[in-house]
Amino acid sequence: MGKQLNQFFKVSLLVVSLFALGACSSTSETDDGSADSSGQSSSSSSSGSASSSAGSSSGQLTQDQIRAQAALRETVFYFDFDVAEFQPADRETLTYHARDLAANPSKRVRLEGHADERGTREYNLALGERRANGILNYFIVNGASRSQIEVVSYGEERPAQSGQTENAYSRNRRVEIVAR
Amino acid sequence: MKLRTSLLGAIFALCSLSANAELSIQITQGVDNPIPIAIVPFTNESGGVFSEDVAQIVINDLEQVGEFRSLSRDNMLSMPSEEQQVFYRDWRILAQDYLLIGKINQQPGSQLVQVQYEFFDINREIKLAGEVLTGSVTQLRDIGHTISNVVFEQVTGVPGAFTSQILYIVAENAGPGMSLFRLEKADYDGARPQILLESGEPIMSPSWSPNGQDVAYVSFETDFPRIYIQNIATGQRRQITNFPNINSSPVWSPDGTKLAMVLSKDGDPEIYVQDLNTNQLMRITQHPAIDTEPSWTPDGSHIVFMSDRTGRPQVYRLEIGAPSYNVERLTFDCDQCMKPKFLPDGVNLVHVRRESRDPRYQIAILNVETLRVITLTDTSLDESPSVAPNGSMIMYATKFNGRGVLDAVSIDGRVKFRLPSSQGDVREPAWSPFLN
Repeated sequence: MGKQLNQFFKVSLLVVSLFALGACSSTSETDDGSADSSGQSSSSSSSGSASSSAGSSSGQLTQDQIRAQAALRETVFYFDFDVAEFQPADRETLTYHARDLAANPSKRVRLEGHADERGTREYNLALGERRANGILNYFIVNGASRSQIEVVSYGEERPAQSGQTENAYSRNRRVEIVAR
Repeated sequence: MKLRTSLLGAIFALCSLSANAELSIQITQGVDNPIPIAIVPFTNESGGVFSEDVAQIVINDLEQVGEFRSLSRDNMLSMPSEEQQVFYRDWRILAQDYLLIGKINQQPGSQLVQVQYEFFDINREIKLAGEVLTGSVTQLRDIGHTISNVVFEQVTGVPGAFTSQILYIVAENAGPGMSLFRLEKADYDGARPQILLESGEPIMSPSWSPNGQDVAYVSFETDFPRIYIQNIATGQRRQITNFPNINSSPVWSPDGTKLAMVLSKDGDPEIYVQDLNTNQLMRITQHPAIDTEPSWTPDGSHIVFMSDRTGRPQVYRLEIGAPSYNVERLTFDCDQCMKPKFLPDGVNLVHVRRESRDPRYQIAILNVETLRVITLTDTSLDESPSVAPNGSMIMYATKFNGRGVLDAVSIDGRVKFRLPSSQGDVREPAWSPFLN
């Protein structure tokens, strides 16, 4: 699947790489993606979380590991209307996903791109792919391998929520990370 | 983790399986001065009871397209079934311009019916048309539509499209996180729906072959959008493409030898033309933006398509075989202009339009020579326009009461009718060519 990156993605790769430099870089990411029962909050330095993190030698999770586990539970990312770039607020969460893929080469994910129903179906199919490709490229510059990631766009064909409200539309403009 | 729909482990290609949800037509807007026409109930000469009222089928056809208003049967002074029984004054008193009469004969023990019809101009007191149509008793609807075609052409000079058919997609909720998708075919008025394909994964972009025998479409049955061609009569199907990423938007060339399509195998959606005999693939566009929604000019020499290369979706035209930088931009004054398709005249361009100061998506026609724009619809989520084979009407998908429905509008915007669905979301209508 030797992909030729077009200009658009070359630009976004450059931008994304610059951001990636600023992202916190931590060592030995051994998280296996298993869920723990603690809440989303990363500020609570709970040591009593029911984690089964296999690679953790001490049984104590670092702040960064807790943050990573919370981030990996977030698998749906929302987009603005007619916009293909993911939201800046999602950058850190996506960075954890990318580093998780980089640290676990056998892991495979599928990025499913979606659009809301406004605009034509074929355009939305292309827009959903653009959204998913944006995250794909972000994952690759952050160390994931292309072969770990499959991209598919559903356009507006699989809405998360039906209806003609702005709320439904905002829930449907999304990329979902699905484990394979 | 997302619940992946595997409602149907396999997908089913079907032929001649009737769908239970029939679309029934509603006229939502007619013309101010419709042509008055008297359509007399056809006399049944064989005594049996037929499942179809042929005269009523003709009435429905003609009133649907909005140009005609038929005389109520209760107001008729006489009910002739052949020419000798026609007294023009009976109809002139009732201010009728035209008269259609007929009779049906079925030989005992035979499935064949003979339908004789005669069509008169009341003011000129002449017979305009008349013939005997023979067919199976199950074809009375087709016979009715055939008579409608004759009447329509006699009065308007334009061939009728009442024997044409439509393809469309139905999506139904099938439980939490699950949907069921169907490709269906029906008469132009939604009657006699048949399921051609059923799947738990999306089906998109149905397109008729010019001879009306095959349909090309996109199916996600392999978990990826891929293009298929299916024979409508036999249900036999084959996968046409298996490139990485998007394979979509198949559209037949007017001569039926090629298929225009969209492939993003090299990173972004580009328009290609595949020769269906040699399977040779020719790339048409070359631009890192989204290029999609190809259609052919009526003479087959150019591809018209949508591209967001300027940042917003606009319509472009490119000659097949010409260098991709020879592209000609056709739309300028809209925020988004999408899904372009030329009317048979090659000058008027049907498209989906969103104005800069109006967030609605509507169906419009742009004359590419005069640059005059006529917006035909007044709803807000209109898409997938498809033109009747006689060029008189455009069917499109819109939303009504939160559900996907098919609407049709005349190309002058004066007449509208709707085919509401009894279940599910109905969308992506594709109006057939003239069928024999």
